[in-house]
Amino acid sequence: MTQVIEAPDIHQAIKQTVGSPFTHKPKISTRNVDVFYDDKQAIFDVSLDIGSHEVIALIGPSGCGKSTYLRCFNRMNDTIQSCRVTGEFRLEEEDIYARGMDPVLLRARIGMVFQKPNPFPKSIYDNVAYGPKLHGLASNRAELDEIVVSSLQKAGLYEEVKDRLNASGTGLSGGQQQRLCIARTIAVSPEVILMDEPASALDPIATATIEELIDELRQNYTIVIVTHSMQQAARVSQRTAYFHLGKLVEVGDTNQIFTNPQHQLTENYITGRFG
Amino acid sequence: MNSTTLLVTLIGLAILAYLYGRKRSLAVAVASGGVRHLHSLPRYYGYMTALWCGLPAMIVLLLWSMLEPAVLNQQLIASLPVDVQNLPESQLGLYLNDLKLIAGSAEQAQQADQVKIDATVYLQHMQELSAWFKTALVLVLALAGIIWGASRISQHFQARNSVEMVTRIILMLSSGIAVMATIGIVLSVLFEALRFFEAVPVWDFLFGLEWSPQTAMRSDQVGSSGAFGAVPLFLGTMMIAAIAMLIAVPLGLMTAIYLSQFATPQFRNFAKPVLEILAGIPTVVYGFFAALTVAPLIRTMGESLGLAVASESALAAGIVIGVMIIPFISSLSDDVINAVPEAMREGSYALGATRAETVRKVIIPAALPGIVGGVLLAVSRAIGETMIVVMAAGLAAKMTANPLDAVTTVTVQIVTLLTGDQEFDSPKTLAAFALGLMLFVTTLILNVIALYVVRKYREQYE
Repeated sequence: MTQVIEAPDIHQAIKQTVGSPFTHKPKISTRNVDVFYDDKQAIFDVSLDIGSHEVIALIGPSGCGKSTYLRCFNRMNDTIQSCRVTGEFRLEEEDIYARGMDPVLLRARIGMVFQKPNPFPKSIYDNVAYGPKLHGLASNRAELDEIVVSSLQKAGLYEEVKDRLNASGTGLSGGQQQRLCIARTIAVSPEVILMDEPASALDPIATATIEELIDELRQNYTIVIVTHSMQQAARVSQRTAYFHLGKLVEVGDTNQIFTNPQHQLTENYITGRFG
Repeated sequence: MNSTTLLVTLIGLAILAYLYGRKRSLAVAVASGGVRHLHSLPRYYGYMTALWCGLPAMIVLLLWSMLEPAVLNQQLIASLPVDVQNLPESQLGLYLNDLKLIAGSAEQAQQADQVKIDATVYLQHMQELSAWFKTALVLVLALAGIIWGASRISQHFQARNSVEMVTRIILMLSSGIAVMATIGIVLSVLFEALRFFEAVPVWDFLFGLEWSPQTAMRSDQVGSSGAFGAVPLFLGTMMIAAIAMLIAVPLGLMTAIYLSQFATPQFRNFAKPVLEILAGIPTVVYGFFAALTVAPLIRTMGESLGLAVASESALAAGIVIGVMIIPFISSLSDDVINAVPEAMREGSYALGATRAETVRKVIIPAALPGIVGGVLLAVSRAIGETMIVVMAAGLAAKMTANPLDAVTTVTVQIVTLLTGDQEFDSPKTLAAFALGLMLFVTTLILNVIALYVVRKYREQYE
């Protein structure tokens, strides 16, 4: 059961996704997704549902396509010319890749937090107010103030920065910067938050803070998180999806994936045989 | 040997010294069990030997060449008869020149008197002697350097460190030369300008409203009173620079934004080189483009609107200068815009910003210091531009704010003041230095303001 499978056999080994990729009343549903960079295929026939108010972790070895897949949800791949996406993406009932769907409005509904904290070189206040201003979410200064404060509070950053909202966002520590980026994302009231290895550039204490935050955010948002750390996936997520070489190998409840994986590749990965 | 041959010989010796030093160190390496047991790589021992050979000899050669004429002159004067020695400075100079001419040509020698011929013979003798000593000294020093350098090669000698120390000193001297040149230029302009201000009060120069630098060369000349009020010139300069910036900053910036953010790679690959060609056109060519195409065009257009337009106008010059500096602004801005990290862009897109909003609210603020720098460089180009103004805006120093009038600029006046046969101590020529000083101070102030602006509004990423 635990012998290592050689590379040519792997595509044979992943014929069909194991586990339970589909849920009742999904927030986002994806069907038969293929992604190509020029002629090179990065994602092969992935079908997966994201349930409402759940944290789903996408795990897998480097280069398995989990980030590429994540960036399809808010059409960030549109900015890469050579990238082509086929298949079906639905946010509730709306087709994400429909002709009439404006990626700009879509991104207001599906926010994203990046691997490396990337606050704008502006004040903390302006960083958070950036999105609400773009989308006209506040009609006056008082409302804007309220959005900024409540977003910072939800991101667990307000107490630390309330005296220096006009200081530059880039002057914060790495962990604080990442929470600022989360606050910035929350401020446009998205329905879904995508997180691309949000803690990989942070120290363990900052990571723990971010993980607690993710757990709290689940009350109000649906979260898809890509992570390299299996412990992190186990700590923060309810469901886990394991990707390998652009294919979705196994999906299931996080507990089940980590204690009783069905697929041999999943077991190899979580027991540290490769990664 | 003359100095050039000597220099070439010295370089040849240094190359030999390098080879010798390298070979010696290799021999040492073999003796001590391989190159890895040497402190430095063999080539460093070569460099060190070459430096010992070349450097002291070079310094001596340089000093000798610099001091030789003065010492020889002194010796020569001492050898001359007393009545010649007592001649006034200027006549003594002429006399010495004579001697050098005689030494140079047989024809001159036939007409000269005995005293001069004797002196010439003495001079030639001294020159030969000096050349001989110089050659001997330099060569001995070079050879001694090789021997000394080679004798220091041993397993533990830190050749790399000493070569690097010499390199560091050479680098330091080089930067010192640049700094000294700057100081020297400023001082020379300053002193000439001070001489000008002895003749014309500073106040009249800075705030005078009339510029008419013709001074009388003879007392009976009329109509050449000489008025040195620089205001019309600065007004003209500022007007032309302002027109140019009005054209270049928006066009250049928008070009940069389009090329870096919106254009397809194909268009970018075509447009960038074409823009760079624009930067390579000589200003004279721009000048006749301005004078023959743009100025008449403005004139006809102005006349059809019922405006009086001079055939040479500030507008024509300003527009053409503006076109000339577009590539400066666009390519510098393009570089700084591209230097804004991709993460900034993605962060903005992910919040639902369009490309245009991202450019306006994130990229431009982040790139601002660089853009201001580019604009400033362009301003100093616009202020310093001479050729286009001469050809398209004329020479008339008029107090006017009308861009359709002929005006002149500071740099154009400097050129006209200093071309042709001029006395070098009249206020007319010295005025050029005062103008130069003013121009220098103006650009300095501009730089200081820009530095302040950049520091204040910079949005630092990372």
